[in-house]
Amino acid sequence: MKFRHYLKQRFVPSDIAEAFDRMPVNVGELGYDPWGFNPDSAKLALTAIRFLYEKYFRVQAHGLEHIPQQGRLLVIANHSGQLPMDGVLIGYALATNPYGPRMARAMIERFFPTVPWIGNVLNQIGGIVGDPLNCVNLLKREEAVIVFPEGVRGSGKPYRLRYQLQRFGAGFMHLAMEQDTPIVPVGVVGCEETMPSLGSIDPLAKLLGIPYVPIAPLVPLPARVILNFGEPMRFAGPVESEEQVVENVEQVKDEIRRLIDKGLAERKGVFR
Amino acid sequence: MSRRASGNGRVRTRTAPARERRKVLVTGAGGALGRRVIERLKECYDVVGVDFRWRKHVDPDVVHYEVDFEKRKFQDVFREHRFAGVIHLGRIGSTQLNRARRYNSNVIGTERLLQYSQQYGVRKVVILSSHYVYGADANNPALLDESTPMKAANLTNELVDSVELENLCNIYLYKHPELNITILRPCNIVGPGVQNNLSKILASRVAPCLIGFSPMMQFIHVDDLAEAVVLAYEKDQRGVYNVAPDDWIAYQDALELAGCHRLFLPSLPPALPRVLASLVNGVAGLPFPSYLVNYFKYPVIIDGRLFAERFGFRPRRTLQEIFDYYRGEKSRQAA
Repeated sequence: MKFRHYLKQRFVPSDIAEAFDRMPVNVGELGYDPWGFNPDSAKLALTAIRFLYEKYFRVQAHGLEHIPQQGRLLVIANHSGQLPMDGVLIGYALATNPYGPRMARAMIERFFPTVPWIGNVLNQIGGIVGDPLNCVNLLKREEAVIVFPEGVRGSGKPYRLRYQLQRFGAGFMHLAMEQDTPIVPVGVVGCEETMPSLGSIDPLAKLLGIPYVPIAPLVPLPARVILNFGEPMRFAGPVESEEQVVENVEQVKDEIRRLIDKGLAERKGVFR
Repeated sequence: MSRRASGNGRVRTRTAPARERRKVLVTGAGGALGRRVIERLKECYDVVGVDFRWRKHVDPDVVHYEVDFEKRKFQDVFREHRFAGVIHLGRIGSTQLNRARRYNSNVIGTERLLQYSQQYGVRKVVILSSHYVYGADANNPALLDESTPMKAANLTNELVDSVELENLCNIYLYKHPELNITILRPCNIVGPGVQNNLSKILASRVAPCLIGFSPMMQFIHVDDLAEAVVLAYEKDQRGVYNVAPDDWIAYQDALELAGCHRLFLPSLPPALPRVLASLVNGVAGLPFPSYLVNYFKYPVIIDGRLFAERFGFRPRRTLQEIFDYYRGEKSRQAA
């Protein structure tokens, strides 16, 4: 606690500290929320991510004005790049949004809480175990949640399938309809090229108890990343039929596809 | 069974004339929580306290028995007094006796208590359970509500009696609506006089923790819980309720705020912490039982909103005040 305070005083730049002063943060008296989110840890994480966002991946974020400044929100994006770098960059874009910064929460894999340090650190910077009850409670507390409905199908796919949206899970749409939550779609371009994968070494992944082990560069390549945020989409609840949910999911998927195409058209080159 | 004190000199108030005073049985009467609950109840009720063990702190205004719930003599207490209500706080702690005896005392004893309550026309029962019944699991979502399955028995044998006790009370809750049973599942109870593991840890100078694990925790001050128990008794809202404040803290931060020096124990491989906890508990005498190791790795964060809304409950002591108390105690001892 004291060490964290020292690091915060020493390293966190003033604009990140000010962004936190402006954003809605729902924590208790001693600086934690029920999932372990801690603003001081998040400030340190954003300070570290700044280099990746601004210098390494040279992220261009468009449409940030579409993000509601407060209230419950689902940010839905395509998933790619083997590592959850897309989630980190979307989170940074939201936290430093000049139109109204927001701290977004992201779902983490279920094995993370069993790993010393990693589980706690991810919780402190906004990660939560991907459980439906967690999502419902976060939205009830008017938080913003990033969801990748493709899950590991998207992040772990080989390079030959780049920019081809995989099957979307429907859980996010149930949440949006039942919790009356707007959806901001995001098209992510560039993360596919950060870790081009030839495939997964499945026996090794099974042995390690993780979803995949990609045959890919050991460190992410510095491809330029473009994030296109779309206008909020609303889907009225309650859920009357699964067919209707699937139709709504397709609408979101089409919008994300459109935003990806927009990003690809904007891109001058993979690394430029 | 022995009777420790007479009921002479009971306090009577303007709001409750003598003829309207009803009798309430409080088990675990000599404990930190029991004493506080009795203190609040005796203004309006005639209180009869029972406890397993002889306790030093016995209220002279209260009829007090020392009795095992599983013994037949316990029935005599019900025969002698016509109880309107029962508040069941007494429990053999998980570090006391062996598992079988604890099971008999806690589960069979509670079964007797509920049976007698039904037999002798009790109209309100409050049972103190614990958030431990949910079990410490790596994938626990936060803000567990009352309908979350109780996984503790599956995760550790030592907590079987806690879960069984709850199951039993739940059966009575639905089978005997006339008993108006309210079951409370509080988070970690702490504060002056509390002798559970967490309170002992916060009170100690050196507190064990596992490297790389600092689960979120909730704490409730024993005075606030006493208020909650009395509210649960007085407001007729039967059911199961979590009781927890709307605030949270990571375990290691709690230790730091309570002025404890952290003793870091290796957390890998997963079997090692249990062995080390046994050593720390047995040899060094630190309150870190091996079967509770997972509660120091993974969070069990409960949602106390239902109780807060239905009973109008709001804890008055903040987390900072709780930790300040433990820190202050250490400074006083050092001085």
